[in-house]
Amino acid sequence: MINSVLDCVEDRTGAVSGVKHFLYEDIPASSGWHQVLGSVAMFCFLVQVVTGILLALNYAPTPPDAHASLRFILTELTSGRLIRGLHHWGASMMIVVVGMHLLQTFLWGAYKKPREATWMLGVILLLLTLGFGLTGYLLPWDNRAYWGTVVTTQITAKAPIAGPYILRLMGSEDGNIGVQTFARFYGAHVLLLPPLMMMLIGLHVFLVRKHGVAPAPVETEPKKKFFPGQVFKDTVAIFIMFSILFALATMVRVPLGKIADPTDTTYIPRPEWYFLFLFQLLKFFEGPLEIIGSMVLPGVAVGLLFATPFIDRGAAIKLRQRTFAIGIVLFAGIGWASLTFAAMRSTPHKEPYQSFTAEEVAAVGSFRQGQCWQCHGVTPGDMKAGPNLADIAVHEERDALVAHFQKNAGNRGLKDLQFRQLATFMRKLDDESVVAIASTPINVVSGAQLYMKNNCGVCHSINSAGGKSGPPLNGVAKRRDRTWLEGHFGDPQKFSPGSMMPAYKFERADMDSMLAYMETLKD
Amino acid sequence: MAEETLEKRRGFLVGSIAAMMGTISAALGLPALGYLLVPGREKKKSDWIEAADLSKLMVNQPEQIIFNRVRRDGWKLVTEKAAAWVVKTGEQQVVAFSPVCTHLGCAVSWNSGDKTFACPCHTSSFSPDGKVIAGPAPRPLDRFDVRVDGIKVMLGDVKKSAEG
Ligand code: FES
Repeated sequence: MINSVLDCVEDRTGAVSGVKHFLYEDIPASSGWHQVLGSVAMFCFLVQVVTGILLALNYAPTPPDAHASLRFILTELTSGRLIRGLHHWGASMMIVVVGMHLLQTFLWGAYKKPREATWMLGVILLLLTLGFGLTGYLLPWDNRAYWGTVVTTQITAKAPIAGPYILRLMGSEDGNIGVQTFARFYGAHVLLLPPLMMMLIGLHVFLVRKHGVAPAPVETEPKKKFFPGQVFKDTVAIFIMFSILFALATMVRVPLGKIADPTDTTYIPRPEWYFLFLFQLLKFFEGPLEIIGSMVLPGVAVGLLFATPFIDRGAAIKLRQRTFAIGIVLFAGIGWASLTFAAMRSTPHKEPYQSFTAEEVAAVGSFRQGQCWQCHGVTPGDMKAGPNLADIAVHEERDALVAHFQKNAGNRGLKDLQFRQLATFMRKLDDESVVAIASTPINVVSGAQLYMKNNCGVCHSINSAGGKSGPPLNGVAKRRDRTWLEGHFGDPQKFSPGSMMPAYKFERADMDSMLAYMETLKD
Repeated sequence: MAEETLEKRRGFLVGSIAAMMGTISAALGLPALGYLLVPGREKKKSDWIEAADLSKLMVNQPEQIIFNRVRRDGWKLVTEKAAAWVVKTGEQQVVAFSPVCTHLGCAVSWNSGDKTFACPCHTSSFSPDGKVIAGPAPRPLDRFDVRVDGIKVMLGDVKKSAEG
């Protein structure tokens, strides 16, 4: 039965002998585990295609809906988080695997004649992979995406002569990013790059086939077949890669932050980890030299990669004798790792609550005082009787929420005003701010509650919310020391003559909380 | 003998390749099915909307009411125009029909001549209480939830009518 179907297909299309031809190709006896990486890379791409299509089926590719629709995918749809996680981590995974594939080929010298073209195509595929990462980074349209892309466009804008044109090509007018840039990035990400990638992968594989898998310098044993031995090894490697990817996607949450806000100048942009080393490199070159870090060095590096087969034209030798190649890899690896490490260390860290208004920090206090945590988890996977706030978006109207609070936490000493503020806060929760409910230190929360109770916000502002008659409090701890602040609370006029601030005599514990809160306020 | 172990080994390899590929496909495919087929988590009930003034309605005289309602459409909140045929059936009793024909969804309108709701598309017609009189429509007109509050007529969600 099966045979007759196969025969029938074979007679009409030749597909069966085609597949057989593919599977039973002769490969050198030395082939083995070190050559699985190409297949794994290709499989990574396949995962990206599948998850990418799935995401696109529920995604509105234009701001600001892009953000809303991704939020919908994450908070409303079954497996939405998983699929987004797979796509996000899959991108990183693909970079890693492609990088390893390149390293292996380089170390073994598999780029040598007649495989120069295969190698150069591979370098182009690496660049395309990075292009996917670059264009995809903008698509969530949260602050991270927005500011990360602003930096990228600014860097390219500095290119001599071509700068303004590249900027135009990216749909940006004098460095601003808007719907046009978004459309171009999205178009490139889903319409331009994928078919290009597929064609070039096809060509790359064709060339691998044409020249055969690179043999060891001396092959003594007769050739073997690709199937099933090598296919098995490839599949095991793919399976391991996929298991790691799946674990990452389920266990490490990729937060979707606040919607992109071009006016939020306090946001610290940071590119994806695989671009961090470039980011760091830039810091070594200032002013007119900047171009060395942004264009010249990366350009030279890519040029050298392309030219590798022509620089090293010697006959194939054993891996152990390729000391120079090993040296280059070690040198590049150490350089890359230390740049990346330095970049990670030098990025200032901001706790989520540090961008909150006082009202929002105080709302965290209300959440705790109202013991809302008895029913609602606030970290992923924390299963309790009520919905987990880390997994959902709160859509309920404010009044409905207040009614819910009064019913369930009415007897825990909270005022109606606090309930209303908590309701407002709940409706604004996102993946990043929800973290603050559990992580904001107790004394900071008490400080903010005290701040609210004494109506400090009538005159002062924190994170741009509040009155204007007193000085804004962000960075106050940098301007004044602790003793000054403490004394100033008790007798403002003594410390700043002419001040119209009334004196506040706080008890010791309250004073400590207040000061602790003031100290967390960053510029 | 050597032949046989070779054959066994080959069987093992082919089997494990299939098993691993199958596992991966399931790990991708099953979530994908859930993602595409299960509707969104939140089922928002529409708010009550004040649609008509009871004192201005005449008994058994259907009146078309156009009102704005806010609806959650996927990731969006949309404000849209909606219509209802409101019929006062008693002193404090009102029913409201959805104007969507239960056949293929054309808009029905009240024909005051022969006192029926008529659909222009495939000539279904419905009696003033929504029942099918003629035509291909498979079930009575759908009804809105209705609440009468003093003289205010409030409309809620549309409930699908029962077959037949
Ligand atoms: S749609 Fe109304 S009769 Fe067909």
